[in-house]
Amino acid sequence: MSDMVKNTGLFAIVGVLILLTGFLQSWNAAMLILNMGLISAIMALGVNLQWGFAGLFNIGVMGFVALGGLATVLISMPPTTEAWAAGGLRVLLALVLGAATIVAAVLLYRAMNAGWLRTLAMIVLLVAGFFIYRAVLDPGVGAIEAIDPAATGYLGGLGLPVLLAWPVGGLFAAGAAWLIGKTALGLRSDYLAIATLGIAEIIIAVMKNEDWLSRGVKNVIGVPRPVPFEIDLQNDPAFVDRVAGLGFDPVEASTIYVKLLYAGLFLVVLLVLLWLAQKALDSPWGRMLRAIRDNEVAAEAMGKDVKKRHLQVFILGSAICGIAGAMMTTLDGQLTPSSYQPLRFTFLIWVMVIVGGSGNNFGAVLGGFLIWFLWVQVEPMGRLLMDLITSGMADGYWLKTHLLESAAHMRLLTMGVVLLLVLRFSPRGLIPEK
Amino acid sequence: MDFLNAFVSLSNYVLIPGVAYGSQLALGALGVTLVYGILRFSNFAHGDTMAFGAMVTVLVTWWLQSLGVSLGPLPTALLALPVGILGTIVLLLVTDRAVYQFYREKKAKPVILVIVSMGVMFIMNGIVRFVIGPDDQRFLDGERFVVSARTFKEMTGLDEGLAIKSTQVITVITAVVVVALLFWFLNRTRAGKSMRAYSDNEDLALLSGVNPERVVMLTWIIVAALATTAGVLYGLDKSFKPFTYFQLLLPIFASAIVGGLGSPLGAIAGGFVIAFSEVTITYAWKKVLGYMMPESLAPDGLVQLLSTDYKFAVSFVILLIVLLFKPTGLFKGQSV
Amino acid sequence: MSSDPYGDRGNKDASIANPRGGSTSHPVKKGGHASAAPGGPFLIGEGMTGGYGSGPDILHDCTIAVEKGEIAVIVGPNGAGKSTAMKAVFGMLDLRAGHVRLDGEDITALSPQDRVRKGMGFVPQTNNIFASMTVEENLEMGAFIRTDDFRGTMEQIYDLFPILRDKRYQAAGELSGGQRQQVAVGRALMTQPKVLMLDEPTAGVSPIVMDELFDRIIEVARTGIPILMVEQNARQALEIADKGYVLVQGANAYTGTGKDLLADDEVRKSFLGG
Repeated sequence: MSDMVKNTGLFAIVGVLILLTGFLQSWNAAMLILNMGLISAIMALGVNLQWGFAGLFNIGVMGFVALGGLATVLISMPPTTEAWAAGGLRVLLALVLGAATIVAAVLLYRAMNAGWLRTLAMIVLLVAGFFIYRAVLDPGVGAIEAIDPAATGYLGGLGLPVLLAWPVGGLFAAGAAWLIGKTALGLRSDYLAIATLGIAEIIIAVMKNEDWLSRGVKNVIGVPRPVPFEIDLQNDPAFVDRVAGLGFDPVEASTIYVKLLYAGLFLVVLLVLLWLAQKALDSPWGRMLRAIRDNEVAAEAMGKDVKKRHLQVFILGSAICGIAGAMMTTLDGQLTPSSYQPLRFTFLIWVMVIVGGSGNNFGAVLGGFLIWFLWVQVEPMGRLLMDLITSGMADGYWLKTHLLESAAHMRLLTMGVVLLLVLRFSPRGLIPEK
Repeated sequence: MDFLNAFVSLSNYVLIPGVAYGSQLALGALGVTLVYGILRFSNFAHGDTMAFGAMVTVLVTWWLQSLGVSLGPLPTALLALPVGILGTIVLLLVTDRAVYQFYREKKAKPVILVIVSMGVMFIMNGIVRFVIGPDDQRFLDGERFVVSARTFKEMTGLDEGLAIKSTQVITVITAVVVVALLFWFLNRTRAGKSMRAYSDNEDLALLSGVNPERVVMLTWIIVAALATTAGVLYGLDKSFKPFTYFQLLLPIFASAIVGGLGSPLGAIAGGFVIAFSEVTITYAWKKVLGYMMPESLAPDGLVQLLSTDYKFAVSFVILLIVLLFKPTGLFKGQSV
Repeated sequence: MSSDPYGDRGNKDASIANPRGGSTSHPVKKGGHASAAPGGPFLIGEGMTGGYGSGPDILHDCTIAVEKGEIAVIVGPNGAGKSTAMKAVFGMLDLRAGHVRLDGEDITALSPQDRVRKGMGFVPQTNNIFASMTVEENLEMGAFIRTDDFRGTMEQIYDLFPILRDKRYQAAGELSGGQRQQVAVGRALMTQPKVLMLDEPTAGVSPIVMDELFDRIIEVARTGIPILMVEQNARQALEIADKGYVLVQGANAYTGTGKDLLADDEVRKSFLGG
């Protein structure tokens, strides 16, 4: 019972922190923290599933989040019909050829006996396949990217409702996770960490470079929204009247109203996933996972298929990150491939899980909110601190300028300190696993 | 057909940059492999350790430059390097005392140390950005080229110029010296042997009277020297930007794993394998092929297999191939 | 384990965590001091009670001793705590009760390294060589605490185990099982110990090699070094033993000279197969 009180208290503290932000800064800022906090909590839930329940070390969270973002674009953006006409089929054909090459290589590897002949055949096949792929792909890409590059220059999406992108984002991430897991968990010893680290970088590189797919560093802007635009609300007399009746400024009210709608949507997703995660944890499947985690040898001896369970949980956790990624891109309204940084999208999520409490779903959620709050608020707090420190220094003194300018970098430092303090003094996290 | 020009062009854009980059990766991977072999975890803070060492060196270089001290044709940074190493040694020893030691006493599993090193990574990253900022910094001075493309053309009469940057020569020479010193230390000295013994079999090393704390301290000191040297050489050759060092983590890990984690020889081999694959696959072969082939067959495109932005993908694919066929890496691990 | 905040949650990721060569023991902490305790046998672990870390007790009031010029053998069924008793004497686990005395000194509070300095040589049952290092380097590591010239000792060991001289520049991990055991014993002898402790030196070697190893051990004993040894092959071990200890569930069951124990009906029936 006292655990219950303590945990509720911890959540209440985070709630108060967000409310304080509303009172002291602005309600818009508070809502932003809440919304990204909800998304962060979902990401943390995904990582916690992998690390907390199965001991899998996924340091490619960024890649799965980015795939979710890509799904948003591919599902919800209107298709660029001219681009499809110019080279869409060609690009699809090239992708099919590329995939066929890899499949053929695998088949060849299995069909032939080991030896230099097989190696040679593999190399010839792969090199030839690569050049054919490029020969088919490149003109198509050129044609697509030539179509109005300032506005489109890419194939666009399917023009479907954006909410559909969330599960699809999860599917994308799950697909990638299946590929990674099959390869990395299948090696003689397990190399999951480096595999996820590498794949995440590759996914980002593809999104930055394949302009025909995601417009690359030109970004995709104006992603459709599941909620009304602020400007439409402000032009809607009914809305204006209603908020005026409550005594609010229509401009501010519209922005907060939109954010509240987002928060509602995100909250539903979070609660559903949290409920599912808790159910899974208490199911025979979850108990088996923990049995494997705590004693793999014994579990294997009892006939449990450890690799299969690990693959399952890795796919599920990654899918959750993908869903969160799609939600984030929806909230941002744009896809900016260059904004995906491992520190922010992989390691920060890890901080959330560890600080919250590995192996406890509620801990992960709490960590998501708390760390996100800190991530946002450390910067103004750092600036305040620096103002205080430098208040005695003369204006224009180099140290003062430097300190004030560097305040922005306090957040990385703080994250590290928070992680180390928790690991040292409360290694199970704020809400430990039962 | 013109093999000579083709070869010169190849050296200019692939071989020489590849050797320099390979040396930098090898030095970085040596640090990672030492920590893996002796402290038994992959140190995520390694890239930022390199950045820190390079930063101290950059600051001292600027100070020396402001005093008018210079090494003539050589970069002043070489003079500042020992100070950078010293600074990094202090940082790593303090970090070990304040952070890692606690977990060793608790007999924490290596995975926990990996997570701890993430925290250290955040802090070091923050410190570097806090002190020097996130931007590009230039600190290279002295002679830019050992051989410039123009002199080379005049000397040989070839169409293709060969430029050898002084930083490339310095990188290779320094790397050779550092690696030779390291191997001498590990294989010939009592302390070095005790490090290898500790890596091989910790319990038996204890029974033989090896002091683990001393081994750990020695390891951090060597890692600091390796990381700072790698960081400074990379910074001289390319440029110093904190974020690039963080990104170097992937090719460095890839090098260490390709070579066989825990094996110093493997780290060096891995560094060159990764560097050459990256440079070769992202190089535009048009020029070289143009020299090699008859006029009519000369390629129209750039003949670039992959855009340079995919260099991470290259290191990763090489890593995957090696692991698929040789799960322990090129050199069997475990012989630090 | 989920109960251990510093555990690995079953993670076996070789790309981030090195699974090899790590420490598995919970040795006595450094910094303890020895105190004078004259009298009694040359080496004795007396009334030892304890287990690994915070785990359950494995030893219960167990006593093991060896006198100068003797071979003492610990035998008993699987899981009787034979190796644990040996490790306890060497300080590889924290004792909750009992004392270890060596040559007139109480060394209970000393770390294993300090016990090596006091003259104990220990050959663990497994992982008892530096596999990636050469035979010669293994011997050098054995002499790590010595500051004097140890080339003479190395020559003696090469004379005792001539095969090692031939393979001195080969990695110890590449040798056969019997040769590895010789390296392991050689490494322990490099400190010129006052007492040698062997934990199942014949485990996993063929009967011929086993006989040879026993001969070598007797040879070592003849040089005057007392030997304390854990053995699976109880009959053969007791034949060469001056003193035998039969352990059952971490406690002394029978104690006597090797001959007495071999002649004892109870012991024969229970442990020697009739």
